[in-house]
Amino acid sequence: MYWNKELECISEEQLKELQFQRLKNTVKMAYEKVPYYRKKFDEAGITPDDIKKLDDLRKIPFTSKADLREVYPFGMFASPLSEIVEIHMSSGTTGKPVVAGYTLNDIEIWGEVMARCLTMIGTTKNDIVQVAYGYGLFTGGFGVHYGARKIGCMIVPASAGNTRRQIEIMRDFGTTILACTPSYALYMAEVAQEMGIEPTTLKLKAGCFGAEMWTEAMRTEIEKRFGLNAYNIYGLTEIIGPGVAHECVEKKGFHVFEDHFIAEIIDPDTGDPLPEGKRGELVLTTITREGMPMLRFRTRDITSLIEGKCACGRTFNRIERIRGRTDDMIKVRGVMLFPYQIEQAILEVQGVEPHYQIVITRPQHLDEIEVMVEMSKETFSDEVKHIENLKKNLERRIEDIIGIRVKVTLVEPKTLPRSEGKAKRIIDKRSLNE
Amino acid sequence: MKIKQLSVFLENKRGRLYEALKALADEGINIRALSIADTSEFGILRMIVTDPEKAKETLEKNEFTVKLTNVTAMAVKDKPGGLAEALKYLYDANINIEYIYAFVEKSGEKAVVVLRTENLDKTISILQEKEIKLLSWDDVLAL
Repeated sequence: MYWNKELECISEEQLKELQFQRLKNTVKMAYEKVPYYRKKFDEAGITPDDIKKLDDLRKIPFTSKADLREVYPFGMFASPLSEIVEIHMSSGTTGKPVVAGYTLNDIEIWGEVMARCLTMIGTTKNDIVQVAYGYGLFTGGFGVHYGARKIGCMIVPASAGNTRRQIEIMRDFGTTILACTPSYALYMAEVAQEMGIEPTTLKLKAGCFGAEMWTEAMRTEIEKRFGLNAYNIYGLTEIIGPGVAHECVEKKGFHVFEDHFIAEIIDPDTGDPLPEGKRGELVLTTITREGMPMLRFRTRDITSLIEGKCACGRTFNRIERIRGRTDDMIKVRGVMLFPYQIEQAILEVQGVEPHYQIVITRPQHLDEIEVMVEMSKETFSDEVKHIENLKKNLERRIEDIIGIRVKVTLVEPKTLPRSEGKAKRIIDKRSLNE
Repeated sequence: MKIKQLSVFLENKRGRLYEALKALADEGINIRALSIADTSEFGILRMIVTDPEKAKETLEKNEFTVKLTNVTAMAVKDKPGGLAEALKYLYDANINIEYIYAFVEKSGEKAVVVLRTENLDKTISILQEKEIKLLSWDDVLAL
């Protein structure tokens, strides 16, 4: 199902032409209205007139998260504050947060791309959409809300938290579409069971899950627990929020809405563009935003590009599942490591619930990784050797994947912290001032 | 002649054993036999209790991982060689023992041990053949 067939199935030539026209306008606006961009362009020795074809995009300098913090709060806005109708902010765990400003037209675009996302997974105006992403400065709640409203769905703006009530609502209202972080979905399944509500008896048919890294194995788990189809949504505050890209029913990559955003993959070290299929850092450029145009923003998300028409009929290029974040990467004994790798290992060793935490220590100048995994009812055996085998299998599988020996500790169920937003998977106890 | 044993996964953390036993005590569940298999990181508490189903439910409500396992309880002569004699039959039949522990109470003049082997059905038939007394659930409750 398409929300906007004409654009979602646009021909390559038409798309390139549209992108070029829109890019030119965006560059001109950014250069004229945002001193930050003007300075960057001047330093690089280019002007908007140098953008003569689509590929000239590569001449434009990158914009980093650090750049955005520097101009906090409104330095990146290209529209006067009187035209800004909404503000969102990314969680600033280090330093200042990033502020995003939206004009009325930006909000319109946000609703459009989110409506495409939801329609892509089968949502119609007859659906009941429960938005369990946080509403507030975080973009998740409002983004899905605007899309669902455009379609005309019945929206349940539950926001994140109050899990028991979420489940009662799902049961009593007959919610059909759930939008939340994947770790929260799993948590809800657990709470539902505690309440004596079998999650598969709920009417959920599809879920729009994102805002954190997750794995294919976690998808299988969520789908099994709820009996729904779980889809990936991708987005970020700096660009627009959720709705930059979404997975179609083929579940083979997320379509980037290229009439609004241009995606490139670069080598994070050199900044050089990488060919299709090669993993690197995703760089995004907005070509319709007015409030805060973003030119070649380095997302720090690791993925690759899938080109060509999809079986679903859409022509927009896809990105594969996000494979890590350049800043979530943990360097242990000099090796790059992503939490999803460990998660994959745990889920492959059958039966263990995907609740885990990675603790990194440096007891004697050498990094040690401990992975705490919750024991599940299904895998508990009353024989020591079986539990020790389980532990060994986990250790072996993790070592196979990451190439470093780890220590697995099996802990009692529900002893690791649960999250209602993003899961805290890594505890880094290494002291950097040794 | 199988009886139900309750097994509980315990992390090696202060107070976990107490919490498990307290939960059972609060429900008026009595423990007839008990053993702990311990490793450096975790322990498995194994018990024969008066009401296994209720005990399981109680512990699960208190966030413990619990499992009910079939074991057998045999009464052996309470004198040197009493247990060894019974185990000889299993040794001769090539049956490995997973674990074994004793009841506090005696059954008449006999000591009662809980036994789990790699093949419980075969174990039971061998012991019965050799006229080793195996306790029924009613026997266990009557101890």
